[in-house]
Amino acid sequence: MSPIDTPLDPPTEPQHGEGTEPAASAALLTVRGLRKSFGSTSVLESIDLTVARGQVLALIGPSGSGKTTILRCLNGLETADGGTITITAEVADATQVAATPGDPSLAGTAITVDFGAVKGPSDKSLAALRDRSAMVFQNYNLFPHKTVLENVLEGPVVVQRRPKAEVTAEALALLARVGLADKTDAFPFELSGGQQQRVGIVRALALRPQLLLFDEPTSSLDPELVGDVLRLIKELAIEGWTMVIVTHELEFAREVASEIAFVDGGTIVEHGDPRQVLRNPREERTRQFLHRLLNPF
Amino acid sequence: MTQSNWDLALSALGPILMGAIQGTIPLALVSFALGLVLALVLALMRLSRQRWLSAIARVFISIVRGTPLLVQLFVIFYGLPSLGLLIDPWPSAVIAFSINVGGYAAEVIRAAILSVPQGQWEAAWMVGMSRRKALTRIILPQAARVSVPPLSNTFISLVKDTSLASLILVTELFRQAQKVAAFSQEFMLLYLEAALVYWVICLVLSTVQGRLEKRLDRYVAH
Repeated sequence: MSPIDTPLDPPTEPQHGEGTEPAASAALLTVRGLRKSFGSTSVLESIDLTVARGQVLALIGPSGSGKTTILRCLNGLETADGGTITITAEVADATQVAATPGDPSLAGTAITVDFGAVKGPSDKSLAALRDRSAMVFQNYNLFPHKTVLENVLEGPVVVQRRPKAEVTAEALALLARVGLADKTDAFPFELSGGQQQRVGIVRALALRPQLLLFDEPTSSLDPELVGDVLRLIKELAIEGWTMVIVTHELEFAREVASEIAFVDGGTIVEHGDPRQVLRNPREERTRQFLHRLLNPF
Repeated sequence: MTQSNWDLALSALGPILMGAIQGTIPLALVSFALGLVLALVLALMRLSRQRWLSAIARVFISIVRGTPLLVQLFVIFYGLPSLGLLIDPWPSAVIAFSINVGGYAAEVIRAAILSVPQGQWEAAWMVGMSRRKALTRIILPQAARVSVPPLSNTFISLVKDTSLASLILVTELFRQAQKVAAFSQEFMLLYLEAALVYWVICLVLSTVQGRLEKRLDRYVAH
């Protein structure tokens, strides 16, 4: 795997922000001016984000702040009212090809979805967005009528039409890696929450996305099962996967994220080095949020 | 029961079973299959974001459910000829029963589709599926499980309702019983015999329903 910043040594310079990103070519994900409202309620107000390849962005903030909506927009599950989302598909090196080749015909090209377009984003561009990213859901959302292996194969075989034998071998290896080698023929209801979420992660990985999205991946888990899932996500971060994670696990975010963004009221209140944001937040709102989270009683 | 009653019941069993095999059972099977296709189309129309599609389906379902099946049958067989449209008894019965099943089962299927959590749609889209693919591979298989018990009810009702086809001259179970009864004047005996055969058919269907439910339940926690 390509050497990347270790999780405990995040980049000292913020990788994103209005006009501050260093090398634009390094950005895998670029979000500009993303807006969304439900009826008259504005949930996102001009969100700007940049995530470089191999970086992990953690979105933290109170519930209802809009962080999950940002994530859902990235996967086209939510259509924004304005702004753009760009995901590039540059292939960094040979190991990355093996891990995340995506569609080779698209390699190097950038997909931009413009939500401000008069007729809204095209279905095609939303599909392209989904093709580049894969999501891990809070409630796993595994397909209950399919076995563990079938859950993983559904996307690569049925949608991407890759050879079944090849994908099966890959899927079995991934399942073995997350400790589920003996569960491939089980149905989701036979698994614990932690096991189901690991299947959810493998399902996402098998799509060979450029970008992994995690929506509060441990919020539905019993406390004793959280560790396994977080450890797996941390391993993926170390391997160089580019991720955006919505989480309430501050300790985890501090360890794994290259950058933390605090979202409140539909805006990014502040962002930067995890240790700086969590230990010395610049904004009063961030300080209050952290205080409430760390002192619940 | 006297010996002659037994003999009559036994000799009537032949024509009654023939009526079941040639009339009742194929009529019910064909009408149910066509009705389910219609019901799925109507359910998808009802769920469509196109308001006019949804409205058409809603009106259609309302008419089907709001008028007696016998009247529907008579309109098609005795009414349409006055418009120059002459349809034979068997196809008339199939048309009427299919439309009837379509109207009732549409709401069952619509409810079953809606019972599948939104997260299943999202997961299907996430792995790259189109709406159509998500529907056929992810949503409908799960909706099928939920809709087996109510659809079995519809089917069992249909089997019994096919006796109405005797009134438009379809040779089926009940009409055969009627013929023998009229000839022998043993009404009680023959109508009870017909009832018994209907009951046996429905018992078999209930067993099939039970097995189907068990099969579809294999991926659900018990």
